[in-house]
Amino acid sequence: MTTGTRDRGSEIGGTPTAYSIRRRLIVATAVFGLLALVVCLAAPLVGPTPIRLARVFDRSIPFRDNVDAQIFFIARLPRALAGALVGSALAAAGVVFQALLRNPLATPFTLGVSAGAALGAILAITFPLALSALPVPAVPLASLAGSLFAVGIVYALATARRLGLSTHVLLLAGVTLNAFFSALILFVQYFSDQSQTVRTVRWLMGDLDVATYTPILAALPLTIAAFVAFAWLPRSLNLLAVGADAAASRGVDVLHTQRLAFFSASLATGAAVSLGGPIGFVGIVVPHLVRLLVGADHRVVLPSSALFGAGFLVACDVLARTLLAPIELPVGIITAMIGGPFFLWLLVRSR
Amino acid sequence: MLRADDVVVEYRSKSAGPKPPAEQTGVSTEPERIAAERPALAGRGFSLAAPGLHGISLAIPGGAVFGILGPNGSGKTTLLRVLAGILQPAAGRVSLDGVDLRRIPRRAIARRMAVVPQETHLAFDYSVLEIALMGRYPHLGNFGLEGPGDVRVARDALAATGTAHLEARSFSTLSGGEKQRVVIASALAQAAGIMLLDEPTSSLDLGYQMDIGALVRDLNRTRGVTMVIATHDLNFAAGVCDELALLCDGQVMASGPAESVLTREAIAALYRVEADVARHPATGRLMVMPIRKAS
Repeated sequence: MTTGTRDRGSEIGGTPTAYSIRRRLIVATAVFGLLALVVCLAAPLVGPTPIRLARVFDRSIPFRDNVDAQIFFIARLPRALAGALVGSALAAAGVVFQALLRNPLATPFTLGVSAGAALGAILAITFPLALSALPVPAVPLASLAGSLFAVGIVYALATARRLGLSTHVLLLAGVTLNAFFSALILFVQYFSDQSQTVRTVRWLMGDLDVATYTPILAALPLTIAAFVAFAWLPRSLNLLAVGADAAASRGVDVLHTQRLAFFSASLATGAAVSLGGPIGFVGIVVPHLVRLLVGADHRVVLPSSALFGAGFLVACDVLARTLLAPIELPVGIITAMIGGPFFLWLLVRSR
Repeated sequence: MLRADDVVVEYRSKSAGPKPPAEQTGVSTEPERIAAERPALAGRGFSLAAPGLHGISLAIPGGAVFGILGPNGSGKTTLLRVLAGILQPAAGRVSLDGVDLRRIPRRAIARRMAVVPQETHLAFDYSVLEIALMGRYPHLGNFGLEGPGDVRVARDALAATGTAHLEARSFSTLSGGEKQRVVIASALAQAAGIMLLDEPTSSLDLGYQMDIGALVRDLNRTRGVTMVIATHDLNFAAGVCDELALLCDGQVMASGPAESVLTREAIAALYRVEADVARHPATGRLMVMPIRKAS
């Protein structure tokens, strides 16, 4: 063991490796961005009916006669775009929740956002009359409202007892709320008929079969708002990961950062779930894979995860569409089948 | 060298003449005092309702190695958090160079005062260099990326704490003593004139304790960093600190130069332990030798 406080030999003798956060950021963003772009462009070309890119963009054929273009733009592109949006939102929210809770096993659904969304969606499916007067589709709207409701409860609980935001209470309240909402979901389920039950179960699986661009456009502003907030977070999240007091003593406004992180990540999760349902494991698999590749610095991890999450979920959805074609599986089944074993491996590895 | 704030230089000049201990409590708040006698960090009559600090008055002179001693649960960590501006006192105030801490923005405080927590557990696996670079946070904007200058400061801080050879290692793989020195390096990279250390040796063996003690003295001497150390280790405090404050049940029992504060009577009152206080014949350092539990 070196005992000297004046051990400066390594500073003079060794040539320290170059450290440039700017270069790491540019390289990671470029690589993951390119990956996401390629996957999103290639995904609509893959499917049980083969189509050719040249024909899709052939302007000489009118759109209503161009079957390739119709499959590309109507059947497959919305699905890829929805996958990109949901994947990036869930992966980025996962990064933020893990840093906020200082827990690498946290997911976007840990704090009950998805359970609230599920309850909202199931209420809308089971009691369709109540919301049919509205001009927008009821299920996504109800699911968004449900997630915001859950977020409000968890936040109120975490701030109720003392000054500041208790991440311990946040975690416990979220886990408990998840269980409680699951009970309410079963309660509502009990009163629904068979067709409603089938719809409910399908919704709970998590699916990107959006059919049109409308729900994507509806979820987009919320996601953009969340990502704008995310831009402020990474540097402070690095310090929060070291500890709240350490962060405060380095000049971080801890409470402000925690609030911003909690609400922005919840908003991203709520928007993603309202669009695709509770698609599991994206929010934990992607951040961990990215950390293995680029290190722990959130300034690199957050944008990389958002981009990689987009590519990952779109790729999973291609698998879901093609694996048992012409049957189209809900993508949530695929991500769970990949994510479950990965999660277990992570648990064992972190011991 | 670290990019020393002008503040650091100020502290050095201010600490030129030591003051008699009786005059130290609360002098910072007297505006007519001349600058040379103004302590770097002072708390005047502050109290905290819940965790139990009552009417604490302290003055920590710039350039000192100042120890806060007290039994477990006496409020050392709470006091340190109040001094760092992390906790707000319910009454009274803490002032930094005569300015109320509440009037100084969070980041500006961090440029002048760094904290080394008792233990550091990371949620994610950062490298040693990344940890050191986190000390640069208050000097960069929220969107600022560390440039070569910041990397130089961080590497210099690692070198000063004898951890330069570890910079590429992952923090979680380090031993307790190495971790503590890396966290001190991170605080050093903050280029603050004051460093608050919470029980810096509590989980370390004798060799590492000596390392940290020597490091604290070294940084104080060569860089003029004012050190404030909360500890329950009497001999560590006696060997490292120039001045001490004894904390008992959330109140300051005594404060002043180490040899006038660390007495048999004080130890008996603090710990109910009968002890001998003597100077080591070879080093001349104060030593505390516990004898028996007083009834």
